[in-house]
Amino acid sequence: MIEFVSQAWPWYVSGPLIAMIMFLLLWAGGNFGVSSNLRTLCAIGGAGRKSKFFDFKWKDQIWNLVFVIGAIIGGFIATHSLSSGVPLQISQNTISDLSDLNIGFQGGLVPEEFFTWSSLASIRGFLVLIVGGFLVGFGARWAGGCTSGHAISGLSNLQLPSLIAVIGFFIGGLIMTFLFFPIIFN
Amino acid sequence: MKYFKYLFIGILFGIIMTKSEAISWYRIQEMFRFQSFHMYGIIASALGIGVVLTQFIKRIQLKSLNGEVIEFNPKEMSIPRYLLGGIVFGLGWALSGACPGPMFTLVGNGYSVILVAIGSAILGTFVYGLVRDRLPH
Repeated sequence: MIEFVSQAWPWYVSGPLIAMIMFLLLWAGGNFGVSSNLRTLCAIGGAGRKSKFFDFKWKDQIWNLVFVIGAIIGGFIATHSLSSGVPLQISQNTISDLSDLNIGFQGGLVPEEFFTWSSLASIRGFLVLIVGGFLVGFGARWAGGCTSGHAISGLSNLQLPSLIAVIGFFIGGLIMTFLFFPIIFN
Repeated sequence: MKYFKYLFIGILFGIIMTKSEAISWYRIQEMFRFQSFHMYGIIASALGIGVVLTQFIKRIQLKSLNGEVIEFNPKEMSIPRYLLGGIVFGLGWALSGACPGPMFTLVGNGYSVILVAIGSAILGTFVYGLVRDRLPH
């Protein structure tokens, strides 16, 4: 059993389990939308004094913060107790395309060159973590949700706004990958 | 403790995100380059089951553990808001290789520097709050 669980999970196991997470959150009285926590954290930090957008009863959102604390713990458990140590099985085409952009692949989940503290001093590391993070936070709130809120929750409820948002996610992702990556990483 | 259930669901979520490799920067690149079915399979199968579960909740008017009927708040219709906001989000998703759920999960995976990306995402949210009146919605 542990051996089975320790492998990378195929999509047809992972996807339905993510739907189950959405269901469990609804059943518990919450909903599945991770980026709302970023707004809550702004409100806790006192951003309500600067913008009415952050002036809301953030205490009603504590459950969602507890959920992401759980996600951190879950990530820890998965990587320490349920890991097989097998390198990531990524497409050879992706490895080769990234190699053309001088981005290496060592079998880990993320490129080590961007995800270490020292990488923040490099232009590439700064762009990936700081600019990338900023765009995610700004865009998620402008669009009213992220992957969990729109691509999973909203589309599951057949909402047209979520379909438009997800189309936007892909337009943005394709522009970054095919137009900006060659400029940034070459 | 009323929050315990959310902690438990969150732990499951973190394990699923990690084991599905959806937290991988490389998997996101593979997706945007259309070089693997993996991420599309995850999203499509989550959606297939998600649609059924959502319909089920609505049909039988399922009550949450609080005893209230589970309600869905439809989002207000707009094109510029979702399209433009979505594009900005997509630019960041491809660059950082992580959306908010995976960002938190990566902390537990030991990539502590992702806290900087989370901090930056909080800053992005804050700046949106400051300028939102001047953006099309």
